[in-house]
Amino acid sequence: MNLSSSRAIWIIFIATLGLLPLVFSSNLSLTLLSQMGIIIISCLSFNLLLGEGGMLSFGHAVYTGMGGYFTMHALNAWGKGQYFLPVTLLPLVGGVSSGLLAVILGFVSTRKSGTTFAMITLGTSELIASMALMFSDFFGGEAGLSGNRVTGHAIFGITYGPQIQVYYLIAFYCFISVLLMYLFTKTPLGKLLNAVRDNPSRVEFIGYNTTKVRWFTFIIAGFFAGIAGGLGAINFELVNSEVVGTMRSGAYIVFTYLGGINNFFGPILGAILLVLNYNLFSAYSKAWLLYVGFIFFISVLYLPGGIAGALKTNFDMFKKLMIIKRFDSSVTVEVSKKQLAILKCYLILFLATALFFFSVNIVIEMLYQLQLSDDLSYEMNYAGFSLNPTDIGTWIISFITNVLTFIIFNKARKNALSNWQQISEFTTQRYEQRVFVNDKKEIAL
Amino acid sequence: MEFYVISLLNGLSYGLLLFLLSAGLTLIFSMMGVLNFAHASFYMVGAYLGYALTQELGFWTALFLSPLLTGLLGALFERYYLRRVYAGGHVPELLLTFGLSYLILEGVQIIWGRSTIPFHLPSELDGAFFTIVSDVSHQMQVLWSWQGAQVVNALCDSSAQSTLTLQCTPFPTNRVFIMLMALIMMACLWALLNYTRLGLIIKAALTHPQMVQSLGHDVPSIFMLVFGIGTAMAGLAGVIGGSTFITDPSMALTVGSVIFVVVVVGGIGSLTGAFVASIFIGIMQTFAVAVDTTLAKMLTDMHFHLSPSALQNPILSLTVTQIAPILPYFLLVVMLIFRPNGLMGTKL
Repeated sequence: MNLSSSRAIWIIFIATLGLLPLVFSSNLSLTLLSQMGIIIISCLSFNLLLGEGGMLSFGHAVYTGMGGYFTMHALNAWGKGQYFLPVTLLPLVGGVSSGLLAVILGFVSTRKSGTTFAMITLGTSELIASMALMFSDFFGGEAGLSGNRVTGHAIFGITYGPQIQVYYLIAFYCFISVLLMYLFTKTPLGKLLNAVRDNPSRVEFIGYNTTKVRWFTFIIAGFFAGIAGGLGAINFELVNSEVVGTMRSGAYIVFTYLGGINNFFGPILGAILLVLNYNLFSAYSKAWLLYVGFIFFISVLYLPGGIAGALKTNFDMFKKLMIIKRFDSSVTVEVSKKQLAILKCYLILFLATALFFFSVNIVIEMLYQLQLSDDLSYEMNYAGFSLNPTDIGTWIISFITNVLTFIIFNKARKNALSNWQQISEFTTQRYEQRVFVNDKKEIAL
Repeated sequence: MEFYVISLLNGLSYGLLLFLLSAGLTLIFSMMGVLNFAHASFYMVGAYLGYALTQELGFWTALFLSPLLTGLLGALFERYYLRRVYAGGHVPELLLTFGLSYLILEGVQIIWGRSTIPFHLPSELDGAFFTIVSDVSHQMQVLWSWQGAQVVNALCDSSAQSTLTLQCTPFPTNRVFIMLMALIMMACLWALLNYTRLGLIIKAALTHPQMVQSLGHDVPSIFMLVFGIGTAMAGLAGVIGGSTFITDPSMALTVGSVIFVVVVVGGIGSLTGAFVASIFIGIMQTFAVAVDTTLAKMLTDMHFHLSPSALQNPILSLTVTQIAPILPYFLLVVMLIFRPNGLMGTKL
């Protein structure tokens, strides 16, 4: 990425952050946007470990959560007039305290890499999560800690009472954190981290200490996670033991991966999905965790780059095709045809997937209805239709639709796959030829 | 005295159950380098299948069939899904098994619901295996179950009337059953690995997979088999553990993190280490739950002088029972600081 296009991306990012609440100004969307800003920092800091460093942490919520607790304590201490720190700077308290915690726990965790690292982070996360229920003085027990963010005298009239002011606080921190984390990946340490991920023994041979590289990254990731936690504490005005729980760590893993771990901006997509999932989709279906688990499972199997990876692959291919067109006018028509064909395949695949998904969805919803229905009649409403899961006919029909839609889906999948292979082969071949022709031309000149 | 004996035996039986679980995990890991995050989920599957089969065929058939079915599910998972991601290194493997643990949890909840299910051991295993009867002068007598319930009842009922003279501490039969099953499984595994041709091939594939492959053995199938054996052991532990303790959707999460601690503390990939760590953690947990004292009290007993404010300290005034859940994780952290490779681990 060259400098000018990279600068353009940051300007677009800052403009989006600034303008979004003007476009989506309802209370609900403002709540969602605030959460997205927080989770973007969490997921990106998690991806410093997983994507950039190859360290799968099962306990990232410890650092976001502890940042939240420390921020809440600072907020309450200020409320009691013990010392003065404006609310605007409070997330830094969370960041620094989580960073310090990461110095200690990271020292233990990063002594090993790979699988052992994952297990250790799971252990430390369980340690903190059980402590959260044990030491109620610090963690507030079951109820958690609450606070009031409108304390002290306002600076420039910013009281942080209205949600919009909190949103802009979050957006500010989000922008700075994303920028800093991006710049971190460009530093020598960031590059070294990638090397430690890809070939640790080689890095050791050159003379670097891989443990130290992992440890420093762990601290940096902990710092940014703490900022996210602090923002969360200010946003919700409540922290309870859930914020350090294993469920939350699991959510970071699932959605960061879905967003795409090989691309710096992938986790942002993941974070947006996470917030939409927890706030909107979970209300539609009781089985939403099953769907999330299923999509994650499929994604690990077939889509290792996540959504961002898939988008980037296709984007790159279309870009290459455009270049081929420009260089070789004889294939213009052919290439356009191919482009159209693959787009058509995607559209069909999308429709077939949706069809298959909904037919399975009905079955799962009926099962859940049988399991969880409170009243004696199991009658349920699905997209305007009334379904009765106790009726055998319903099951036979849904079984048949399942099989049929699966056949359609499978056919569309195979079709898209073969088309994709064909076109990517064509692209690589022609693209290399283009370079060749180009070189020859240069030689002739 | 009898408190220590009974607690030690309880701890031993819990430790052996943990070993039954962690042995499968260790076996899979040392062979394929895959840390099966869903191992505890297979434990849960074993328990639920055991429950379902008990309803139809009785407990003893379920005890046999449920591990087989669980192992089959594990082998199929390895064959059709896990095998696809080997090329990507260990992180995708961990992620895939992590995703599987979500799916199993939700699947179990769809089929059997979210609440605890009534899965119990058959009545043959109820009651006490032996009872320790001690009198005021700490003289002890062991009454075995085959000496007849009348003798025990006669002694202990009279002791209930005059509590000062006699004290009865029973040791339940189901704990003996757990120990027995775990020991049988251990013996089988040991015999399989050391005295059969298959064991020989497995052990060879453990260290030199390419060589074994070129000698004409089907290494991927061996992997599938080992994965199946490992998950079958988890399934067996599930039937036993689920029926003795509790069968609910949270059982995988509760036991899962403990067995990972066992595996790391024992040294990843070492069966001996896993055994020592399981027994140690089992006994430690059992004693911690049973001991009714606080840290402050323990320190004063050890002749430390504590100031009144130290006695009020929130950490020191916690009872040992309250601390029990974090002890394994604490042990993990301490172990990693002093011996990062675990008890018996070789450098990875």
